[in-house]
Amino acid sequence: MTKPVPDPAANAERLGADLRLDRAASPTVVNGNDEYGLEAALQLVEALGGEVAILTMAPAAGIETMRKALAMGAMRGVLVADDGLAGADIPTTIRVLATAAATQAFDLLLGGLDTSDGAGGVVTAGVAARLGLPLLSAAAHIEPDEASGRVRVKRLSAKGYDLLEAPMPAVVSCTQALGTPRYPSLKGIMAARTRQVVALSLADLGGDLAPAGRGWPSRVLGVERPPARAAGRTLSGAPADAAREVVDFLADRRII
Amino acid sequence: MAPQLLVVGEVADGHLTKLSAEIATLAADLAAAGGGTAVGLVLDDAPGAAAAEMAAYLPRVVSVTPGGGDDLAWAPRAAAEALRLVADGATHVLAGVTNDGRDVAGLLCGALGWGLLANASGVAWDGDALVVEATVLAGKAVTRSTVDGPNAIVTVRPGAVEPSELPAAGAIEARPPAAAPLVPAAVVLDRVAEAGAEVSLEEAKVVVVGGRGVGGPEGFALIDELAELLGGVTGASRAAVDAGWIPYARQIGQTGKVVRPALYLGMGVSGAMQHRAGMQGSQHVIAVNRDPDAPIAEIADLFVLGDLFEVGPALAAELRARRGG
Repeated sequence: MTKPVPDPAANAERLGADLRLDRAASPTVVNGNDEYGLEAALQLVEALGGEVAILTMAPAAGIETMRKALAMGAMRGVLVADDGLAGADIPTTIRVLATAAATQAFDLLLGGLDTSDGAGGVVTAGVAARLGLPLLSAAAHIEPDEASGRVRVKRLSAKGYDLLEAPMPAVVSCTQALGTPRYPSLKGIMAARTRQVVALSLADLGGDLAPAGRGWPSRVLGVERPPARAAGRTLSGAPADAAREVVDFLADRRII
Repeated sequence: MAPQLLVVGEVADGHLTKLSAEIATLAADLAAAGGGTAVGLVLDDAPGAAAAEMAAYLPRVVSVTPGGGDDLAWAPRAAAEALRLVADGATHVLAGVTNDGRDVAGLLCGALGWGLLANASGVAWDGDALVVEATVLAGKAVTRSTVDGPNAIVTVRPGAVEPSELPAAGAIEARPPAAAPLVPAAVVLDRVAEAGAEVSLEEAKVVVVGGRGVGGPEGFALIDELAELLGGVTGASRAAVDAGWIPYARQIGQTGKVVRPALYLGMGVSGAMQHRAGMQGSQHVIAVNRDPDAPIAEIADLFVLGDLFEVGPALAAELRARRGG
């Protein structure tokens, strides 16, 4: 599962007048944690065989971002795009992704631990619940075993990691600890142009996925800018002088 | 209908986490303000101490011991217990913004279809609806959001409220575990502790952070020394983690921990937006950097222009001198 998000590096994310993400305000990239999952999937398939497909729920323009994932090496894509999903809330996103995932055969369904825009960090777990599949979250390492039909995951914990094992198919939420994603090669970029992306609408998925009528039950009521920080001081003197000023600052504020 | 708020408690080393104590306080306050009730859930192999701690904040705590067999992943079992309490009448579920808390919230959201409000830094009633304040888009905006209807799931960030005990401790009710986890639970084969991983950055009053400028794993000795002198905890920027100098558990930023200490001291941290998303809620920010154009200068109360390997030892010496005097 790969979500197109505003590029965090561009630092231009904003909410539009409708209090939804203004998708035109910023260049779009594959969500970082999704990309770590994609990289892990590509390495698994390179070692074990098989196929990597990507699943995205986004406006139709989301296909441009999917091309970047295809250029990294994903072999095909499924894009759920429907005007009825604009501004979709979290439970709807979970239902739609789970329903779309269920149309595909898979051993592992990988998603990001969270996204850099919404940052809810609940969708991958929600999809596991809808599908009734084991959830292996906060993955730092993924090791499927074809012979036993089980997968082992190192899950980040407060003290290090837990080694988890579950039968496949299973749902895994992915983190940066999986390793740095590759850059697309020129060959990959060329190949991505011809790779198939199947577009699905809500009607294609069937069922009552989105509530009828206007508006979502979850709504943003208002938005404001966080209070600006007061301008600070720069200390450029000798280290000992700067250190004294810093410690005075801390003592004045009773931090030491 | 009177609201019934359910708090999914988390246990670390046999004790209720500070975040869970905060959320329990928040739920008790909301129950009082909304004319409803609040109940806590503790699921642990030895829940006694944590349940008693939670009952200091809530009038009722349900305590569940999972029982024998395999060591199973926590979140699918906790979600199954929460689902039973929802069947008993819980109308709102509150969990912490932790890997486990988010897993439980997500599993319940998938199972129940309730609306979910994430990363709350404040929660209040507006009529019958909960309104949640949250910082979004890497700190660029603060939203107030709500869910229509009688139910919601809320994930709560550290620091939303200070824990505050009730005049009298609540009742603890021990329950046998649910028949099955919410989804087939993974088996925990091993729990591995890694040196340097066990820190509670989110709860630290002082965080000293090493960035790319630290130059290597040995450079973190200075960061650790300053952290100890300040009674704080060592954190790191993504650049230092990606370089393999320090475990991921120490990372502060959009893909790491979000901290809001009384003092953030950045040593050789440039302050990329990715990092600022995890620290701009800090009360005071001091940064040491050789680069006058480092973006962290924009948000620092004090920006020390200099080499961290000169300023850092001077700072350590000054702190020692004051402590001695």
